[in-house]
Amino acid sequence: MERIPVLRMGSLLLITIQVDMHDKLALQLQDDVTERISEWGSTGVLIDISSLEIVDSFIGRMLANIAGMSRVLGAETVVVGMQPAVAITLVELGMSLTGVRTALSVEAGMELLYGNAFTGSEDEQRTEA
Amino acid sequence: MSSVQKREVLPVKTSNDVVIARQKVRQLAVELRFSLVDQTKLVTAASELARNALDHGKGGTMTVEVLVNGARSGLKMVFEDQGPGIANIEDALKDGFTTGAGMGLGLGGSKRLVNDFSIETEVGKGTRITAVRWR
Repeated sequence: MERIPVLRMGSLLLITIQVDMHDKLALQLQDDVTERISEWGSTGVLIDISSLEIVDSFIGRMLANIAGMSRVLGAETVVVGMQPAVAITLVELGMSLTGVRTALSVEAGMELLYGNAFTGSEDEQRTEA
Repeated sequence: MSSVQKREVLPVKTSNDVVIARQKVRQLAVELRFSLVDQTKLVTAASELARNALDHGKGGTMTVEVLVNGARSGLKMVFEDQGPGIANIEDALKDGFTTGAGMGLGLGGSKRLVNDFSIETEVGKGTRITAVRWR
């Protein structure tokens, strides 16, 4: 079965979404990420969506779900690389990805996650709306 | 009035059909030389409405038409299903309203992404949603 690879880099999980995602693939990814976090004790999840030409409410929900599930398992999620046209459309659609941390690039995302690991996560106190 | 230059009907029966519907809309939006932002809006609206037809209407069809109205051209997308219909259109268009597992952004959100948007529905018969974006 087709699958989105989940790579391990130290304490982080790296995921690059490149394919035009259909629903089953998105659900499989949620399962894979949570399993890898619990197996490897990862503290950060970096999701690169720079190749995605659209983010609709389904993908948006999946990203929010992954961030939520990961947080419960003790890992912070950062979504990186969103294209400007995607950002404009997503906000107009009504999704602002509340609760999902974002960064412009993979590097910036890693800085956020590693910064977190060193200072301890201040986000543990944050409550979801 | 506007004339139809091109017309295609695609099935929306599986989640893979939603992907194919998106690709078709992208291809036509590129051919019509929509800006990247407008292409993205069209494809996103198509994705939402196709998924709506699949999840709430038990599947149906998407008809895409290239419209020409004088100097203006546009892309029209019609999603038809024979599902249960929408009991309250006003509620269905509200952000956050959902009868399914989604976020309730599909219809209201899609409406914001296009220029013309209309819903015809009959409870027990089905739904037809028409969305047009002009360039």
